[in-house]
Amino acid sequence: MVEWTDFERATIKDIFSKIEYDVVGPATLARCLVVYPWTQRYFGKFGNLYNAAGIAENAMVSKHGITILHGLDRAVKNMDDIKNTYAELSVLHSEKLHVDPDNFKLLADCLTIVVAARFGNGFTGEVQAAFQKFMAVVVSSLGKQYH
Amino acid sequence: MTTLTAKDKQTVKAFWAKVSGKSRTSAPLLMLVVYPQTKTYFSHWQDQSPNSPAARKHGKTVMMGVGDAVTKIDDLKEGLKELSELHAFTLRVDPANFKILSHNILVVMAVMFPTDFTPDVHVSLDKFLAAVSLALAEKYR
Repeated sequence: MVEWTDFERATIKDIFSKIEYDVVGPATLARCLVVYPWTQRYFGKFGNLYNAAGIAENAMVSKHGITILHGLDRAVKNMDDIKNTYAELSVLHSEKLHVDPDNFKLLADCLTIVVAARFGNGFTGEVQAAFQKFMAVVVSSLGKQYH
Repeated sequence: MTTLTAKDKQTVKAFWAKVSGKSRTSAPLLMLVVYPQTKTYFSHWQDQSPNSPAARKHGKTVMMGVGDAVTKIDDLKEGLKELSELHAFTLRVDPANFKILSHNILVVMAVMFPTDFTPDVHVSLDKFLAAVSLALAEKYR
């Protein structure tokens, strides 16, 4: 079981209460598709992913980015049992979507970068550590049901 | 590992010139907080907190090294030969830590330059830092 300090709990709740989902979600997925282009393999039906501009303007990417970010809401609400909270999502990513679990870390890193940019100096080392710990637990839980 | 394209080199040089002069020491300092295992290399400092004079001075040294690598971007292996020997034989830093530092450099860039640190700049800088890490690890074995 993951132990969370009061600071870590407060930090995670604070971050997710402050970010604008319809900006951060699209920005995160778009950044992932540009910085790690092999992740585009999962979005063959999304149309124009030829360059950063195309990706940024792609409505399907934006919509999906928001969906993904909202997917984190349940983990934020259930920090004491993220593993079980995400059991079904893990099965979905493994058996239906066939996503290589290494990609979860790439997306998590992009989210860290985007959140850091939104928060500026408020994104201190301590905040970064808490956020990265949370994302590491999310990433691990999403990979748990892969066989 | 991929080679840096002409576009990557141009992007890195332009971005580094823009961020030059502003406080860029914080990435190594962040590392001490976010990845406490990195403090093991600094047990000789009395004060290992990120704001200590020793840490700040060293942060500057490291970031100037990265800036130097930008000037040697056309031949990192040759340009960073001596630094690689230093890290391999004297400092003996586990190369896994280069990845950690690279990540923190990217985070600091996002914090300090949110509009300039676009996805295109991000990918070129990420590639550059990976190439620097590789060049630094060259002499290890």
